[in-house]
Amino acid sequence: MKTKTGGLSKTTKSDLITYGMVILAYIIVQLLVSTGHVSSLIQGLLVPFCTYAIVAIALNLTVGILGELSIGHAGFMCVGAFTSAVFSLAFKQTMPSAPRFLIAILIGAASAALIGFLVGIPVLRLKGDYLAIVTLAFGEIIKNIINALYLGVDSRGVHFTMKDALSLNIEEDGLVLIKGAQGVTGTPNDSNFTVGIVLLLVTLFIVLNFIHSRTGRAVMAIRDNRIAAESIGINVTKYKLIAFTLSAALAGVAGVLYAHNLSTLNALPKNFGYNMSILILVFVVLGGIGNIRGSIIAAVLLTLLPEMLRGLSDYRMLIYSVVLIAMMIFNWSPNAIFFRKRLQQRLTAGRETEKEEA
Amino acid sequence: MALLETKNLGISFGGLRAVNAFDISVEKGQLYGLIGPNGAGKTTIFNLLTGVYRPDEGAILLDGVNLTGKKTIEICRAGIARTFQNIRLFGDLPVLDNVKAGLHNHYPYSTFEGIFRLPRYFKTERAMNERAMELLQVFGLEEYAGYKAKNLPYGQQRKLEIARAMATAPKLLLLDEPAAGMNPNETKELMDTIRFVRDHFDMTILLIEHDMKLVSGICEKLTVLNFGEVLAQGDTQEVLNNPEVITAYLGE
Amino acid sequence: MSFAAHLINGISLGSVYALIALGYTMVYGIAKMLNFAHGDVIMVGGYAVFVGVSSLGMNPLAAIVVSMAVCTVLGVTIERVAYRPLRGASPLAVLITAIGVSYLLQNIALLVFGSDTKAFTNVVTLPNLELFDGQLVIKSVTIVTVIVSIIIMVGLTLFVKKTKIGRAMTAVSEDKGAAQLMGINVNGTIAVTFAIGSALAAVAGVLLCSAYPSLTPYTGSMPGIKAFVAAVFGGIGSIPGAFIGGILLGVIENLSKAYISSQLSDAIVFSILIIVLLVKPTGLLGRQIQEKV
Repeated sequence: MKTKTGGLSKTTKSDLITYGMVILAYIIVQLLVSTGHVSSLIQGLLVPFCTYAIVAIALNLTVGILGELSIGHAGFMCVGAFTSAVFSLAFKQTMPSAPRFLIAILIGAASAALIGFLVGIPVLRLKGDYLAIVTLAFGEIIKNIINALYLGVDSRGVHFTMKDALSLNIEEDGLVLIKGAQGVTGTPNDSNFTVGIVLLLVTLFIVLNFIHSRTGRAVMAIRDNRIAAESIGINVTKYKLIAFTLSAALAGVAGVLYAHNLSTLNALPKNFGYNMSILILVFVVLGGIGNIRGSIIAAVLLTLLPEMLRGLSDYRMLIYSVVLIAMMIFNWSPNAIFFRKRLQQRLTAGRETEKEEA
Repeated sequence: MALLETKNLGISFGGLRAVNAFDISVEKGQLYGLIGPNGAGKTTIFNLLTGVYRPDEGAILLDGVNLTGKKTIEICRAGIARTFQNIRLFGDLPVLDNVKAGLHNHYPYSTFEGIFRLPRYFKTERAMNERAMELLQVFGLEEYAGYKAKNLPYGQQRKLEIARAMATAPKLLLLDEPAAGMNPNETKELMDTIRFVRDHFDMTILLIEHDMKLVSGICEKLTVLNFGEVLAQGDTQEVLNNPEVITAYLGE
Repeated sequence: MSFAAHLINGISLGSVYALIALGYTMVYGIAKMLNFAHGDVIMVGGYAVFVGVSSLGMNPLAAIVVSMAVCTVLGVTIERVAYRPLRGASPLAVLITAIGVSYLLQNIALLVFGSDTKAFTNVVTLPNLELFDGQLVIKSVTIVTVIVSIIIMVGLTLFVKKTKIGRAMTAVSEDKGAAQLMGINVNGTIAVTFAIGSALAAVAGVLLCSAYPSLTPYTGSMPGIKAFVAAVFGGIGSIPGAFIGGILLGVIENLSKAYISSQLSDAIVFSILIIVLLVKPTGLLGRQIQEKV
């Protein structure tokens, strides 16, 4: 019985460290900000840190826990961003900001979840690289459609078209919410660092508790061995869909945070295209597949790195890419792993001989 | 009435007749062996019984309930559990969680209750932990509860697979070459475990095995399969002394 | 007539996709990795020809040969430096490394050539083909693209089927370990595959830039992704699959641009990919692999 309680407390302890790390980082940053030690550049990055940490955790749920590769999570972020931004813009004058933002978060999460569910039904039947390419395709489709979409509201109701602003046929006093490729302008600035941290903590709470629940166990069982999971009566499709939908919903929340941090929201390749999806995947892989705390750290460091290299202007992305390749080879190359093990053994061996001599 | 009964079971892959006119009748509480040369169709029969393959013809009855054409998870719920020839554990999960996964359908609570840690989560998880530890103790695995399953020694992995199958509370347990890759000592220990499972849980067991010592040591009845067809069927000693069986195994 | 023109342009664009997709498919078949940097090798091939023709005043044909040489060396170097150390590591790690290489190539191009668009001079200087009294004009570059692609496709198929190296490639893609035991130099074979794939990328780069004469450090990225989609579409790992996938993708893209919506053409292309994969989960010509229980 001892091992059981020991095993339980070990995971709980690890979770508590993760929460503690986030809260501690928040306190330190707030202290530094109030004493004027944080440059405006870094202050501008505080909400993006939270956004990318949340979406990295969301993707880690798909890649690390469910064990499926998705290169389309920027698409779910995009859905969450646009639905919530449209809502907030429509009710900008008529609702106080706190309840409005709360509803915006729920709308962003729910719409991303819905799309995730609809995408998941066909996609999760596929395997490996095929699944990855289809998620990429879905991400691009979502971005493409939003770029072509015009949406407006007036006294006669909601109008939308895929043609141009004129075809919306909106009344004088009406409000154009999405202007095609020009996106959404004038979203209220409801995001801030504190909100971001709270959402990050909520995301952590949901994901960590999910992993350690009956559902999470079923999902990980499917990841480790689908055939065995089926043989003990686990409904593979159902649990894959639950995990994928939850992952999409959380990516949607990151999108909400993102949208309410900008006054203009566009669906560009660099923020919602496959490049973004890949960047999120880089956070997850560098932070450690299935390692939630690692995702947060990697998301923050890799968002910070290009900004820290800003002084090197043109060379910064070059250095970023070299660092990325070098880290991958150092972390994953069979030779490097062997070398690190040898080094570790020699170090511990050295310490033991020291002890003996003493 | 027999617990497991198949009637005229058959399946083809392409032009190959993998199993043909397979009839078996396993009584409740029996330890039944399914033997035959490599490629005789033994594992295919397990895959038919557990819904991995759909039979082209014939019927499968468990306790009088027709399971023909049912999906794997429905068959599991109906009461057939199995192990695999090439061990299939949840390698990155702790040993304890492998068994808890087996308890999945018997200790329900919703995803929502799990995420928000409502009272039923704590109550059910506690009950699950207790039941899983009991099962681990039966198989002498309790000291490994916190280990990742893939880090267990080979023999213990085989036992864990049986423990996980037993966690689904089956009526019938199918063991696919449980002694494969074991040394004589481990095999002997395994024979004791299988007997214990049968007596302790009053379990009906159908097993595939090549190790004749194990088969003649614990099986009460045997079916010999050759080229997808039943070659001989009956009490263990009778079958093993059947000249046709000896020919099939040793050649002309 | 305009339908015929759109169709022919689609086939031409599709041939370029097919050439890129061949590189993806061969590398995937052999090294089981998605070489995301493949699209950026196209861009390098484009710049090589641009420098050769515009700055050094080379003969276009000579420039193309130089460009192929540059890309071949580049492809083999990338494989040696970035991918080979990761052989045997998790496929995800290799994928991320490939993405790193893609960023690296884009940013080197950005540093060397700047972000401004270079006007690419069409290297195909043959007269256009006019049919039906000038009602249907087919650009010479379109015809050349299609012909070059067909020649390469046939050549490659013969190469894989008939030569020793080609058969070694098939063997390595079936089973690396067994191929090694049979005395095949696995690393060498993989290097050859990268060399061929990269040389094809150079050709694709030249043809792409001749048809759409603007060159930036990001030129290769979207065609690269589309070609990857084409490879999956046709069944990744299959050479004829890549060809068919590429042509279909180009035709669908051009026709939907012409008749449905130019903004939604990518969405339509990707939707069709999804539908194909749902009906045939391993692509049009992909092999179905059953998991053994």
